[in-house]
Amino acid sequence: MKNKIKVGIIGSGNIGTDLLMKIQRSNILECAIFVGRNLNSKGMKVANKAGIRISDKSIQFFIDEPDAADIVFDATTAEFHKKHAPIFADLGIKVVDMTPSKIGDMCVPAINLEKCANSYNVNMVTCGGQASIPIAYTIAQTYPSVKYIEVVSVIASKSAGPGTRDNLDEYIENTESGLKALTGCEHVKAIINLNPADPSIDMQTSIFAKIENCDLSLLDQPIKDMVEVIQKYVPGYKVAIEPVYENSRLMIMIRVKGLGDYLPSYAGNLDIINCAAISVAEAMAVNILRGRSDHV
Amino acid sequence: MSKVLISDSTLRDGNHAVRHQLNRYDIASYAKAAEEAGIGVLEVGHGNGLGANSMQVGLAKESDTTVLETARGQLSNTLLGVHVIPGFATKERDIQNAIDIGVDVFRIASHVTEADITQRHISYVRERGKKVFGVLMMSHMADVEALVEEALKMEYYGAQGVVIMDSAGAYMPSDVTERVTALRSSLEGVVGFHGHNNLSLAVANSLEAIKCGASMIDGCAKGFGAGAGNTQLEPLIALCERLGYETDVDLYKMLDASDVAKEFIDEIPTISPASIISGLSGVFSGFLKRVEVVSKEFNVDPRDVFLRLGELKVVAGQEDMIVKVAIELSNKGA
Repeated sequence: MKNKIKVGIIGSGNIGTDLLMKIQRSNILECAIFVGRNLNSKGMKVANKAGIRISDKSIQFFIDEPDAADIVFDATTAEFHKKHAPIFADLGIKVVDMTPSKIGDMCVPAINLEKCANSYNVNMVTCGGQASIPIAYTIAQTYPSVKYIEVVSVIASKSAGPGTRDNLDEYIENTESGLKALTGCEHVKAIINLNPADPSIDMQTSIFAKIENCDLSLLDQPIKDMVEVIQKYVPGYKVAIEPVYENSRLMIMIRVKGLGDYLPSYAGNLDIINCAAISVAEAMAVNILRGRSDHV
Repeated sequence: MSKVLISDSTLRDGNHAVRHQLNRYDIASYAKAAEEAGIGVLEVGHGNGLGANSMQVGLAKESDTTVLETARGQLSNTLLGVHVIPGFATKERDIQNAIDIGVDVFRIASHVTEADITQRHISYVRERGKKVFGVLMMSHMADVEALVEEALKMEYYGAQGVVIMDSAGAYMPSDVTERVTALRSSLEGVVGFHGHNNLSLAVANSLEAIKCGASMIDGCAKGFGAGAGNTQLEPLIALCERLGYETDVDLYKMLDASDVAKEFIDEIPTISPASIISGLSGVFSGFLKRVEVVSKEFNVDPRDVFLRLGELKVVAGQEDMIVKVAIELSNKGA
């Protein structure tokens, strides 16, 4: 494809910098601007070296140059996104929100990519949400009577930057809202645990469900299909423990190995939310390009 | 004479030993006995603290609210305490609820190297005028320098003291000497110690901690706690009396409380073969019950499960790894 859609990134931490590296591989997205608050940050240096335009003017950059990007990834914090969201809405810029702000439409590409491709503000839930919700959704589709769903993510300490560490409550709340919204199950719980083991462990997520008389064979194919869909945008996603059923408790464990773009491959948590974000941004870009050619 | 605050976790750590099945009557009867004995702080709740009622670490018999309200109703001089692990408990859902019920003491815990996840929870409690301590779990997994650094962070966040937990019962008295001495000379606030009895050293380690300047000691009636159990309060209180450490606890009434606890302790913790391996491999004592059940189900030796979990350096909260390791071992054996 010749035409690429211009995107911006605001927030120059681990998430923003890793997104930048992934965008450079995209056939349809082009990073036009990398915005932060400090030109000397590690992420800024990476962007600068890659020949990407950088700015330290934060949100003001987009107010001054609203045409610089059609889509912006907000990789700041939930607190900041609350201020950014109305500004981007006024400017008519689509937003892929990486923070647990709970503002936009909850987006898990394996479940609702098409709907989200038309939204103006999508929220990428959380890393644990991206890993667990598709499986929880599959379980709820197969067993609509599921009473309770619980998801537990363990991530390597080294993959959790200061933003993540400071926002564990927001992580829990956002993961739980995403779970409820996308599975329809009212009673849900999310837990997160940091593991400092050296060498670092890969991201692991367990999904538990309370189901009476669960027939595992009914879940076999739907889960395989779902994993295949996810692997299309998250290559390192795989089932680590096939479904186990004991005492009315169903458990499945997922392992996510990252692509090793900005952080090493143990940071599957960073990878999965970013891969999901790229996938929805690409779908948005296809729609934008289609809209343009229709007008010609 | 040095003064020691006794923090009784019979109704919290003890919950691990019965897979979180303590009921409101157990809680009411023991809380009453602890109040009469003059216990300083009585910690109650799910073994993993507020908000931990879950499939991952165990579904509890009673909700946090019921447990806290029940204990609150029995206590007047004894302070009501809770254990809080960020990642399980949130400020708005769990801590605020506990404040509303009237909890006096919040002990905000993290794995020993992850103190920075406690910052917002510690300051939230401090801002609301409640007592707050930091707790470093699995403290044997960090060297002394790192331990002190993490403890200092908690104090900087607003903690009025820091408790180190020997969650795996892995310490020797000399380890305690080294760590508590270093903490005592670095921290402004209280230094606390929480022992486990995997290697039969919980009481000895607690006395060593007091000797080195710890002034908050955790223990449980009959040693009722995770794994091989905690520091047993009855001999600890007796020895404190003999050594001249003031605890404000009435020994005879503590022994009465021990009889009350007997009513709900199905099985007094013992140093089982698996607990010894758990202590030697430095794996969280709270894993014991689950390891026993899962090992039986997959027909593997629980000792092998603990050894492998130790090699993998799993931390508290990673109970899902028990199943994973058991499956791997059983495939290997097949």
